[in-house]
Amino acid sequence: MSFRIAIASGKGGTGKTTVSVNLYHFLAANDGLRISLLDCDVEEPNDAIFFPDASLVKEVEIFRDLPVIDTDKCTFCRRCVEYCEFNAIVVIPPANYAEVNASLCHSCGACIVACNESAITERKETIGKMTSFRPERNMNLIEGRLKIGSSMQTMVIKELKKSAPADDDITLFDAPPGTSCPVVETIHDADYVILVTEPTLFGLHDLKLMVELLEEMDKEFGVVINKAGLGDQSLYDYLQSNQLEVLGEIPFSQEYAGLYAKGDILNKIPQEIKNSYQSIVEAMELRRSKK
Amino acid sequence: MKEITILSGKGGTGKTSVTAALGSLAGNAVFCDNDVDAADLHLIFQPEINEAYTFSSGWNVTINTTKCTRCNSCLDYCRFDAIRTMSDGGFVIDPLKCEGCRLCERICPANAILAEENKNNHWFVSSSRFGPLVHAKMGIGSENSGKLVTRVRQKAKEIASGSDSRFIINDGPPGIGCSAIASLSGINTALIVIEPSKSGLHDAQRLIELIQSFKIEACAIINKYTINDAFTSQIEKYLEILSIPVLAKLPFDKEMVLAMTEGKTIIEYNPESEISQKITHVWEGLARKTG
Repeated sequence: MSFRIAIASGKGGTGKTTVSVNLYHFLAANDGLRISLLDCDVEEPNDAIFFPDASLVKEVEIFRDLPVIDTDKCTFCRRCVEYCEFNAIVVIPPANYAEVNASLCHSCGACIVACNESAITERKETIGKMTSFRPERNMNLIEGRLKIGSSMQTMVIKELKKSAPADDDITLFDAPPGTSCPVVETIHDADYVILVTEPTLFGLHDLKLMVELLEEMDKEFGVVINKAGLGDQSLYDYLQSNQLEVLGEIPFSQEYAGLYAKGDILNKIPQEIKNSYQSIVEAMELRRSKK
Repeated sequence: MKEITILSGKGGTGKTSVTAALGSLAGNAVFCDNDVDAADLHLIFQPEINEAYTFSSGWNVTINTTKCTRCNSCLDYCRFDAIRTMSDGGFVIDPLKCEGCRLCERICPANAILAEENKNNHWFVSSSRFGPLVHAKMGIGSENSGKLVTRVRQKAKEIASGSDSRFIINDGPPGIGCSAIASLSGINTALIVIEPSKSGLHDAQRLIELIQSFKIEACAIINKYTINDAFTSQIEKYLEILSIPVLAKLPFDKEMVLAMTEGKTIIEYNPESEISQKITHVWEGLARKTG
């Protein structure tokens, strides 16, 4: 079974993707290890940008089951409306109108159970796609991509996870920002979580939300401080007084931000940043060997 | 009354800092934090909470193990893999996987399943030095962030029409999923804060496609443009083709972070700075155009 590490942050733009792709790069450099990276930020997937030469392995569409009401069979009894917890069905008996609102429907199947007339069936609806790349022989990169306009991001993440090669040594999950259901879906089956934060007011506030979530989920985690040198001391005070493990610090550099902008962070890694990642890699190897 | 939402696709491009700066300038406006799962605007607004409400985000479902006959029906019907078998053969519901569709409760022949409303989301109506603020604190790992966004926006609208406010300014969430969709519906203008990087452009493109599907007028700010001049001009060309006006290009300046650290907007921190003057210009343009 693969050792699964999720990279999350609460706040957006702290460097989840930067840490994910670097960790992926450095872990794969260890001889013989097979590493997968799953881009679970399906609303805005960016990991593949950093591997422009990776070969495309396959692309598959992701579907969900969307209920369709046959108004010839429907008696407009509104039982499905009562069963639907998501207010996704509109039935207007005098108008012989019955429709499912796709943007509210969660595809739970309750309306089908509710209907005594077998008037509700399901059709496949595309909610996104999954693309697999192979940057190197021992590396799999699988990206989930939500279809624009769909709000089924959690289901796309679920499908993405099903496609992960189970026998790889390490699987990394690059999480979306926030603390709600897509984040929970990304980290719930992780063996370890890396929280990426920045020493700013917003970074600290959102880190605390993530710590609260991970403690409730009973997850082991450590913190990576990105953009160290920006902001102030309060993040460090918080980490120290709560005795949270700091896995590494990545100094802020405008030059490095410029490399990130070009998608070029893996070719010209400054020595100082290389050292930070090496120590994170060692910490992860230690965790994996203990599992 | 006109409604403006600040969005970005990618996280960390500066939505909240820009929203806060507009706060310093807008005068007669109501503010609403639409980033309900990692809300940060209140850290700058430092509001005084006048009214607090709870918001139900679905259901907390439990199985009564003494009533349960272990017939497996719930396991067969649940589409979210939320029902786990315990070592003694009984069942338990994983609250983090459960979407609250209540189908298991309805089909259980032993009536052993009970759903109770989950009231772990809170939202607030506050006053601040910039005007009224409607904001929320979502329950950890909650569902339905889109519905909570809709709720806070509704309240902001009520306040704005009751007080003859000229503007509602929404600080939007990252991404393009359910909460971003909820923060866009029915607004007058979307202000996109773009960072000049491959990821920033990629994410903005997906967001713009979403905005255009809603037929909402868009305008843009390129933030931290000095990080990569080449990308900045690429983004400018891209926006020009789509006729999306660039209202300002803001340089990267550590003063933005320093202002945040002090809980101030950039306008309060240093009204003479280039960024402050450019944002003032942005607001004058927005107010003219939408007012």
